[in-house]
This record gives sequence, C-alpha cells and structure tokens, in this order.
Amino acid sequence: METPNIAHAEAAVEAHHHEPQSFWTKYVFSQDHKVIAMQYMITALVMGFIGMVMSWLFRIQLAWPDHNLPFLRFLMPTNMESGTLQTPGYYMLVTMHGTIMIFFLLTAILTGGFGNFLIPLQVGARDMAFPFLNMLSYWFYFLSCVVVTISLFVSTGAASGGWTSYPPLSALAKATPGSGLGQDLWLVSIALFIVASTMGSLNYVTTALNMRAKGMTLMRMPLTVWGIIVAAVLGLFAFPALFAGAVLLLLDRHLGTSFFLPHLVLGGEHIVRDGGSPLLWQHLFWFLGHPEVYILILPAMGITSEILSNGARKPIFGYKVMVASLVAIAFLSFIVWGHHMFVSGMNPWLGFAFVITTLIIAIPSAIKTFNWLGTLWKGNIRFTTPMLYAIGFISTFVTGGLTGLFLGNSALDIPLHDTYFVVAHFHVVMGLSSVFGIFAGIYYWFPKMTGKMMSERWGKVHFWLTFIGSYGVFWTMHYLGFMGMPRRYYSYDSYQFLPPSMHTLQMIITISALIVGAAQFIFIVNFLGSWLRGKKAPDNPWQANSLEWQAPTPPPHGNWGPKLPEVHRWPYDYSVPGASADFVPQTVPVEVEPSGEHHSAAVAVNGHGHTNGHGNGHHA
Amino acid sequence: MKASSGQAFGYAAFLLVFTAIAAYTVANKTWWFPPLASVQGAEIDNLFMITLLLTGIVFIAVHVVLAYFVWRYRGRSERKAAYITHNTPFEVSAAATVALALVILVGGGTTLWTKIQSPPPSDAFTVEVWAEQFRWTFHYPGADGRMGNTDVKFISDENPYGLDPNDPYAKDDIFASEMHVPYGKPIAVILRSKDVLHSFFLPHFRMKMDVVPGMKTRLWFTPTQSGTFEIPCAELCGVGHYIMRGVLTIEPPAAFNEWLSQQTPVGMSQ
Repeated sequence: METPNIAHAEAAVEAHHHEPQSFWTKYVFSQDHKVIAMQYMITALVMGFIGMVMSWLFRIQLAWPDHNLPFLRFLMPTNMESGTLQTPGYYMLVTMHGTIMIFFLLTAILTGGFGNFLIPLQVGARDMAFPFLNMLSYWFYFLSCVVVTISLFVSTGAASGGWTSYPPLSALAKATPGSGLGQDLWLVSIALFIVASTMGSLNYVTTALNMRAKGMTLMRMPLTVWGIIVAAVLGLFAFPALFAGAVLLLLDRHLGTSFFLPHLVLGGEHIVRDGGSPLLWQHLFWFLGHPEVYILILPAMGITSEILSNGARKPIFGYKVMVASLVAIAFLSFIVWGHHMFVSGMNPWLGFAFVITTLIIAIPSAIKTFNWLGTLWKGNIRFTTPMLYAIGFISTFVTGGLTGLFLGNSALDIPLHDTYFVVAHFHVVMGLSSVFGIFAGIYYWFPKMTGKMMSERWGKVHFWLTFIGSYGVFWTMHYLGFMGMPRRYYSYDSYQFLPPSMHTLQMIITISALIVGAAQFIFIVNFLGSWLRGKKAPDNPWQANSLEWQAPTPPPHGNWGPKLPEVHRWPYDYSVPGASADFVPQTVPVEVEPSGEHHSAAVAVNGHGHTNGHGNGHHA
Repeated sequence: MKASSGQAFGYAAFLLVFTAIAAYTVANKTWWFPPLASVQGAEIDNLFMITLLLTGIVFIAVHVVLAYFVWRYRGRSERKAAYITHNTPFEVSAAATVALALVILVGGGTTLWTKIQSPPPSDAFTVEVWAEQFRWTFHYPGADGRMGNTDVKFISDENPYGLDPNDPYAKDDIFASEMHVPYGKPIAVILRSKDVLHSFFLPHFRMKMDVVPGMKTRLWFTPTQSGTFEIPCAELCGVGHYIMRGVLTIEPPAAFNEWLSQQTPVGMSQ
C-alpha cells in the first residue's frame, strides 16, 4: 500500500514510483486527488439531476393542479398512480429536493469536487496531505448518497418533513408519512455525509496550509483556494452541531428520550415525554444551516473571482480585501443563525442581536460586489462560457443578497417568513449563485480535468437558457411572496386572499423551470460528448496565471513531473504594463517579466497603469 | 473578436431589460401584498418601502453599471486592459456608504421590532388559539369573563383542549372553530399546539408566529378594519398543511357579543 503521507516537497521520483497500476486502484479506490475530484463531481451531478427532476414534478403540481400525466407513473409508482401527484409524494419531493441539492449536490461538488481538484494544483502540491483519508471521504459520501437514494424507495416513503426536518414532525412516525424508515435513513445519510465532509475538509485545510510550493505565500494563493478552505473551516466547526442533532433526533425517535419533544397529543394519543423542546433542534440545525449556505457561496465566490480576473484580463480588484471579506463573512456566518427563528417562539429579544449581525454581513458582501465590478472596469472582457457564468454570478448574488436585507430585519421577516419570498431569496443567492459558480468552474477547468475542450457554442446556449430561465423561475417567486403565499403548500385552491393572477405566476415559474431543466440536457451532452470526442485542450487554454495551468494536461499522477513548480508572483498579473503578453504565469520570475504585485498601490493611485494599459485611445 | 460584441450586446441588453421589468412590476405593485388591516402592519409596510427603496437603488445601479461595463469593456484584440489592483479610498467609502444605509435599516427594524414584541396593551382582547393537525380552534372565556387554564396533560376525548379540571374559571369556557373578535380593541393571541409545529399567519395584518408544542407563544396587533380574513398555517405540519385554514372575523362589539352568546360552552364533563 502507498504511504499515506508522501513527503511532497522532495518526493517527485517517489511519487511516480507509486503511481497505481490496476484499474481498481487507479479509477475506483484511487487516492489521487484528481480522480477523487472527478468521482465527487460526477456523483454530485447525478444527485443534482435527480434533485432537479424532483423539482419538475412538484412544479407541475403547483402550476397545473389538475394535471393527469399517467406516463410519469414510472417515476413515482405509488404517488402518481392516477397520473396526478399525491399529497404525500409532493411533500417527499420538496423535502428530498432541498436535501439533495444542498448537501449532495452543492456542498459535495464545491468542496469535494473543486476543492479536491484545485487545492493541490493551485498551491503546487503533488496531492492532498492525507490521500487515504481523501479516498475514504469520497466513499463515505458515496455511501451517504446510496442511503439517501434507498430512502426514496422504502414503503412508508422518503422523509417529508422539509429539508430542515423540524421535530416533532420528523420525530414521530405517526406525524406524517415519511416520518418512518425514510426519516431514519435521512438522518443516517446526513450523519454519513458529515463524516465524509469532515474528512475532506481536514484535508483541504491541511494541504493549503502546509503543502504550498516554494514562493506560494498565503497572500499569493488564488481566491479559489481561499474560498474553499474558508468554507472547509466553516464545515469543520458547523457540521458537528447537525451531527449531534441527528444523533439526538434518532434517540428521540427510537429510545424514548426527550431532547426535542415535550408532552404532546398526536391523533388523540398521548405521547408522554418531558422537558424537550422543538426549538433546540432549530438551534442545532441552523447553527449548521446558516454557515452551510456560506459553505456553498464562498467557494463559488472564489471561482467567480478567479474567472472574472482571467476573463477581463485584469488583476482581481482589491485582492487583500477579497480575502479579508471572505474571512469576515465566514466569521459572521456563525453568529446569525437565529435569523431563521425570529418567529419561531425564540425569545424575541434575542432577535435584536441576530438582526444586527445579519445585516452587518451586507458590508463584506457589498465590498466583494464592488470589487467584482472593479475587476471588470477597464478590462478587456472575453465572453467565454465560464466568463458568462461568472458575470451572471454577480447579478444573482446581488439580487439574492439584497432580498436578504428584508428577511434579516426581524420586523420585515414577520410577514415574509415561510412565504415564497424566502424560497425566492435563498434560491437566488445560494442556489443560483453557487450553481453559476459551479458551471463557470466546470467550463473553465474541464480542459485541465479531461484534456478536452467543451463546446463553447453549446456552452453559450446552455448559459443563456439557464440564466434567463432561472430569473423566470426565481424572480417571479418574489411576487408570490408579497402576496403572502405560504411555501410548502400542495395546493392553494382553498384560499381567497391570493389573487387569481397567482396561477399565471405559478405557470410562468413552472414553464421556466422546465426550460432550465431542458437546458441541463445540453450541458450533459456537452460534458460527456466533449470528454469523449472534444477538441484536444492545450495546457493553458484561457491564458491563465495560476499554477494548475502550468501543469501538463491532464496532469499526471503527482501533478508536476520531476520538478515542483516555484512561485514568483501572485496569480493576477494580467495586462501588466511592460510585459510581453497580457498574462504572466505565477512561475515566471520577476526578472523575466515585470510584476505589479509589489508596487501596485502606486500604480492604482497615480494612474500610470491606465495610461500604459490603453494604447489605442480607448480611454474614456 | 466579432462574437464577443454579440455576446456583450446580448448580455447588456438582457440585464437592462430584466432590471426594467423587475423595477416596473415592483414599483407598479403589479403583484403585491394583500390589503392592509392593522396598525402594526402599516409600520411594517413602511419599513418595507424604505428597505425597498434602498435595495432598489442598489439593485438598479449594480445592474446598469454591470450592463455598461459588459458592453464598454468587451474584448477587442486591439485593446489592452488597464492594470489596476485596488483603490483603497474607493473601497472604504463604498463600505462606509453601505454601513450608513444599514444603520437606517437596523435602527428602523429594531425600533419596530421592540414595539411589536412589547406586551400587549392592557385593554387588549385575548383569544387562546389551539393548533392541531389540521385545524385551528379558538378558546374564549365564558360568562365569568376569565379564561380557564389549559394543559396538554389534561387532554382526553371529553376534554379535547385540556381544560384544567381544578380551575373554577374553566367550567364555562367556549371553544369555537372560527375566530371572532370585537372591532376597536387590540387583539392578543396566545398560541398553543397539541401536536407538531404550526404557524399562525395573518397576511392582512402582517402578523405571524409559530405555534410550538410545550410552549405558549404570543402575538398582538391592532386591527384597522373589520371584516373576514383568512388564517393560513405557515409552518409545515404534515400532509394536510395546505388545508389548515382558519377564519378570523372582526366585527362590531355588539355583533361579536351576539356571536359569542350563540356558542355553546364546552365546560367540563364531570
């Protein structure tokens, strides 16, 4: 067996020596971070596809409650027997859609997929610090996916108490269909997922802190690495709270404990417990749940920053502030969880603190937005597919971030809480934005991962359908939120306070969702087709500076051949005045090409950089 | 780089069209809140409009600037990007502006929150609301004018809302399947759940509070209109969540008293 901890700095030859030969060690139980990255990525995309199909089914119910689609029976034999989605099936679908998308797609692909692929390659390491642990992380994740998938097929149904699984609904089998074995499997799969995430996160942080190539100081790391390791630290601190919650809820369910259950009467039957509180679960859940949304957004921010700078052929604007704001957002994310609980029965005076901490997050978020705009300002923008998505990220992040200022203010949260406004808000800011970051990242790094280029033409078609369609879905939902439409309703027919125009809006949303969904088939075909028979990718197709583009394509086991790269500059030396090309890779010594890294402040203030940069009279 | 002009134009155009549609439909209130019916709701709506104004300015500004940059700085082979790494005065002043806007929002928000969460006025009319899968029941005092204590542990087939058998005030209490309150007084609501979480939502009054088993949660508000309003449940409570609909009627005191007198006191079956 391979030594788990290769001494990376000197062990080039040794690494080659250890290259796995058999199919099983090379592609299945691989300890190579690039293979594990692809395993994570593909598993996550498959899960995401399942989650997306689920959303179509419940969206059809919401737009056309009278639908009769017997051909969909094969998808849900028990819940669509008549061709119409039944109520228990509807609640299972919304619950499992949220669970799968947040944990099994977004968290997994951003940290497990991109983190695995990019951290060693971008910091100049041969692999992760603990390759065996890394492999174990993937297989625990795989197991958690298997368990959650099995839960869809148990006879009492999958969990249906919402992705937040609030007890008592999730604690008592009699409370709702799906609160039987399905809920147990849900809890077990989440616990397994947390184990996987913890093993992965330990690796990402350790590798980035300890295994950087010579010259790769912390402040020369690409923002992608910053985004991912800060997210990994969040995961390490926040996920244990949900792990504890999951164990306690299992105890309440099976051993008669009372962590989350008071004495209650369900369907006429006394359930005699004492001293537990449903609010405890909410605290534990959101202690993870809020950092969790930043686990999804911070890596996407890093990816976006990286691609915006590359696509604009311009240094990222305010690098240090970008790092500082990532860290600030991460810190604040631990002390805002109560904003999910303003009207939960939590002591209202606690709401004060959470209003203040929550709204403060707007400051680092705004700084990041200004800096992305600052990066585009006076750039020379290449409209590649990754760049289209990265620019889209700015739009969705701003749109979704601003609605957070409504919900984070407790008084405004009163009417908006648990309405479609909330659904709109978190889908735009955390769903769409991180999905845009992911797509930007896939199109951008696909050449390095596979050695093939993806089709730009189909990439653009995919982007435009996804971008316009997504706003069709989620911008529209805000209006339903204004109307006061509660979320998680199977049907709205019995309510008169909702104007009839809500049917039109529901149809716009569902049609948009189906279009966005169809567009993902273009992505799948492009992804698989390009992998199989795409154009061969050059080593550095985007003319980028960071280290991974200086490695062979695709990088071999051990990444760098016999000699490790040496870093001489930051990764954002684009369009440096006096340089021979509009990009200077991190491995190029400063004696060979100039760098703006050290005298950049002077350039920015006195404006020499601008004059040098605009040779052709395009200066406004 | 001909293709890049097409993409740049399309991108800028989409951002502007989207922003225009978004801004118009919101400013025009095309799809809007239900008609307002409470004093507290008016203040919430007011804070909402201030927040909408501030965030709307940022939303429009960012999208217009983004559209302009995308078009203005589209890639052309003869151009080169400027080498600009940062601009500290700009970043500090931008952050300070945001902070200032936040002071307004936090100040307005916490002041209003304090008002809403303060104890109800002493003349408030109090109703105890029981939630269960999937209906609302409303508890009123009987002729003695005082509401009896209730507790989940007393619940039985004969005593479905757990009136305390030892509480003399409980004997003539009334349970109704609709909520009626007299117009002209603040309304205080005590929320109780038998089974799982529910949420008592009054869209017209901009009020909402979760109903938590094992706890008493509360809200109060001052109606500015009489009439009949709906009470949807806003916290997922099971397969019947979407049909857990209650009705609130706010009527002149005389009409209310007449309604109450027609309700049969449940009392205790002992």
